[in-house]
Amino acid sequence: MRPVIPYVTAALLFGLGIYGVLRRRNAVLVLMAVELMLNAVNLILITADTTVRAHLPHGGQVFALFVIVLAAAEIGVGLAIVLQLYRLRATVAVDEVPLAERPPAGRPAEPATAGATAGAAGASTGAGVGGEFGSTAGADARRGSADRPEGER
Amino acid sequence: MTGADVLLLALGALAVGSGALVVATRHLVRAGLYLVLCLGALAGMYLVLTAELVAWVQVLIYVGAVVVLLLFAVMLTRAPIGASDDLDRPGWAAALIGGGTGLGLAALLVDAYRWTAVELPEAGTAERLGDQIFRSWVLPFEVLSVLLLAALVGAIVISRPDIGRPKAAEPGPAGSRTAGPGTGRSGPAVGGRRPGDDGGRSR
Repeated sequence: MRPVIPYVTAALLFGLGIYGVLRRRNAVLVLMAVELMLNAVNLILITADTTVRAHLPHGGQVFALFVIVLAAAEIGVGLAIVLQLYRLRATVAVDEVPLAERPPAGRPAEPATAGATAGAAGASTGAGVGGEFGSTAGADARRGSADRPEGER
Repeated sequence: MTGADVLLLALGALAVGSGALVVATRHLVRAGLYLVLCLGALAGMYLVLTAELVAWVQVLIYVGAVVVLLLFAVMLTRAPIGASDDLDRPGWAAALIGGGTGLGLAALLVDAYRWTAVELPEAGTAERLGDQIFRSWVLPFEVLSVLLLAALVGAIVISRPDIGRPKAAEPGPAGSRTAGPGTGRSGPAVGGRRPGDDGGRSR
């Protein structure tokens, strides 16, 4: 067995995973690319387990199992975050997530930069017109969301 | 070139090819199905490399659970059925970094191993691996179970809107940020079903 074959496969898979994480906009696709990277690491661990004689036998396979468990936990929490993001914003595009903690009322894409520079004048008018309507609609949606899960469960 | 080499080459080419399709395709659902192909090919490589238990765990956990969960997420976020054009950002920087990392690591490993041959050990059984896990690696194993429990509880807390949210401050910003009442109302059904799925899977 030539160990260079699985090693090179793992390296290429890791590169593909990095490319996918940086390229994709959809958060679910980003998670898929993360899975590719984790699997590349698993392949390296298992190949090393068969080629290198270690003091503790089968350490590589044990570590691969641990990485699989970590990936399962990661995908569970990650998908919960993605679905919560979809519930709040109705989108899962990662480059539309505003990094400001609580943007002033209005559209979420611009205020991270424009809202900070435009100051209180634009924010107050925006909140006066759009915020009132939005808050009542949001209250309805929130109340519905608080009731439904218990009823379903 | 022995039979194991030929098998590894074929499975490796399959894994890399379907992995490239995962990050390149324009269909969201097809990305998940190509991921199944890639993970299955990797499980075959584990079998050739005599890691039998890890191969079956890979099939069970990854192909069985993780991909199904990802496809659930694709459907719950109302992904379009056909091809969609807005999945990618302009990607020359991503191609540069990803290609540089992948090819650089490949060059490093090729330089380290050349074309040397190693003989495979005899096929590993679950007995030896279990012996190692429960003898030498018991403490990490138990810590992992605590981590799984923490991830389970965390996923439930994140998914449920009525846990841990301050009562007074909730309606205004959340409501004005969503696109409209229609999307806001459709959301809870999305999140409400999540904790049950996750609980069933993590165990």
